[in-house]
Amino acid sequence: MNWTLALPEIALAVSAMAILVGGVLPRRDTTFPAHIAALGALLLAAALTLAQDRGLAFGGQYVADGFSTFAKLLILFGAAAGLALAQEWNARQGIARFEFPVLILFATTGMMVMVSAHDLIALYLGLELLSLPLYVIAAFDRDNPRSAEAGLKYFVLGALASGLLLYGAALVYGFAGTTRFDRLAQLLADPARVSAGVVAGMVFVLAGLAFKVAAVPFHMWTPDVYEGAPTSVTAFFAAAPKVAAFALLARVLTGPFGGLEAQWQQVLHLAALGSMVLGALAALGQQNIKRLMAYSSIGHVGFALIGLAVGGEAGLRGTLLYLAIYMVMTLGVFGVLLCMRRGGRAVEGIGDLAGLGRTDPALALAMAVFMFSMAGVPPLAGFFGKLYALLPAVQGGFWTLAVVGVLASVVSAYYYLRIVKVMYFDAPLPAFDARPVAVSVVVAGAGLFTTFFFLFPAPLIAAAQAAVAALMG
Amino acid sequence: MTALAFYLFAGVLIASAVMVVTARNPVHAVLYLILGFFNAAALFLIAGAEFLAMILVIVYVGAVAVLFLFVVMMLDIDFAQLRRGLQRHAPFGAVIGGILLLELLLVVALWRLAPEAAALRAAPVPPAVDNTEALGRILYTDNIYLFQLAGLILLVAMIGAIVLTLRDRPGTKRQDIARQIARPGRIDLLRVPTGAGIATTGILRPEPAEAPAAAKPVAHQPQGEGH
Repeated sequence: MNWTLALPEIALAVSAMAILVGGVLPRRDTTFPAHIAALGALLLAAALTLAQDRGLAFGGQYVADGFSTFAKLLILFGAAAGLALAQEWNARQGIARFEFPVLILFATTGMMVMVSAHDLIALYLGLELLSLPLYVIAAFDRDNPRSAEAGLKYFVLGALASGLLLYGAALVYGFAGTTRFDRLAQLLADPARVSAGVVAGMVFVLAGLAFKVAAVPFHMWTPDVYEGAPTSVTAFFAAAPKVAAFALLARVLTGPFGGLEAQWQQVLHLAALGSMVLGALAALGQQNIKRLMAYSSIGHVGFALIGLAVGGEAGLRGTLLYLAIYMVMTLGVFGVLLCMRRGGRAVEGIGDLAGLGRTDPALALAMAVFMFSMAGVPPLAGFFGKLYALLPAVQGGFWTLAVVGVLASVVSAYYYLRIVKVMYFDAPLPAFDARPVAVSVVVAGAGLFTTFFFLFPAPLIAAAQAAVAALMG
Repeated sequence: MTALAFYLFAGVLIASAVMVVTARNPVHAVLYLILGFFNAAALFLIAGAEFLAMILVIVYVGAVAVLFLFVVMMLDIDFAQLRRGLQRHAPFGAVIGGILLLELLLVVALWRLAPEAAALRAAPVPPAVDNTEALGRILYTDNIYLFQLAGLILLVAMIGAIVLTLRDRPGTKRQDIARQIARPGRIDLLRVPTGAGIATTGILRPEPAEAPAAAKPVAHQPQGEGH
């Protein structure tokens, strides 16, 4: 029983429970210490992840390899940044409670379980352990009807998606006789043993995961939940869970369902096309910036799906790079959104950014960098993300995907640049309230990464390459 | 002897199931449901599945049926109103029921087990071990990871329920038993005429400890300090 392999998850879960106890017992407000302790726990988990051995544990239900290390470090980084962004905002909004970091820690544990899942049951449990805290924190501002609505909507649709996934997993188990990923891969490598039941099950599993990443036929929840949930929660939603769900998709598609490539390729092809088109067109008319970011995230998911749909080492590497770069950009953007507070009230209209270039030039510059990067303007990081996503599609002869991708990014450039225009050329509104220090640090870090990625792209690309090699090898 | 017990429990089970549907009083219906659960548990015991029997009693009787009772008692549902269309909808219900029965019969009649299935089971029942122990062995050894994950999910559900519903309002009235007992003053017994209403009988609200304001008549029953 080599349970020590799962030490990062165990440490994270145990520290979450310890913080829970530490938050309940004292008779005073423990929100701030709980946040700091949660950041410490994430750091500890990251250190343990780096020091982790490779191999299978718990009778093959858990796997630790180079791919899981890469994805887990990204997730832990995203969760830590999300937590750092959230603390001050929650306090100012009057919704700061110590349960927030605890729920974030449990969600992060769930994400790590997903990334390391080597069994359909572990996959499902990890997904639920991620989803349940997300439902709760979406409704964290419980006295605000929009937040409660977001939580309820997310919960109902998420439960439906879980049902689909579970049904698919049951079909796969029923027709294949095993839930272990390596045995499934072995079985499905032989085309003679692939039955319609397994394919149907795989499609249901894909549908459940597509819901989590908000790819097109399953994207309906995203705008409402992004808009309704507190901005600090939306910042968390947009970053780490996407990485986890994509990592899981990559593992499931290359591992157990690797033999069904012809079948899942069509599904992902359509999902990628639909996501890119919808993300580009639906965001055009939005006035609420969180809603706009929701549609933008759907579009970005489409780009990340290109790599998976194309498959192969280059495609997967493109997906991982895209996700890493997208996560940093999106954390930066939400850092800026969290600064949008005027006279003690959070504002979230695009028009509220008017004249930011004069009232807060540093923040406006950072936002402009993120917007240009999301639009894919070289030499910012977002350009390289799109480059590494589209290049394998062109090389693999997937012309529809590549052409639609380029067109979608041209259309989406309109609404990204509109924000820049509003910030620099519209008549200024009164300045925002003072920025919290943690938010400034995260925004500055994300801005520096986005701007100077082109100087030092090698470490990230090499890490993604190694991760993909570990997954495919 | 076993056959006798089986027919006894099965008969009571069916009878109580019928009563669940037909009982006029919803509380009686839930009590019949509980009786039904107990009999089903007894049937499981006869079949040698004592773990299922325990779970049935603990989960369904202990939790689900009690929840039903709560709902029935707390919500003001007019069950007579709900049941009004029973006669009219009975033929329709019978058709649906008939189709379901037919499908069940088809499933039972056409059920085949792959001959090699028994040998392929990943976790066969170990010999000379009752099924609770067998389940425990597999749950706490091979699947400890999944078991603990499920536990974490339940913990998160609990935290979530508390986060979303527990309110610590400044004006919340909590019972402080120590203060309640140590309260000075006297307690009077009043004879309240039927239908007179509390406000007219002159029952006064107990004095708040912090700011003793003028006692005023209230419209609800005073029970010590708050409730």
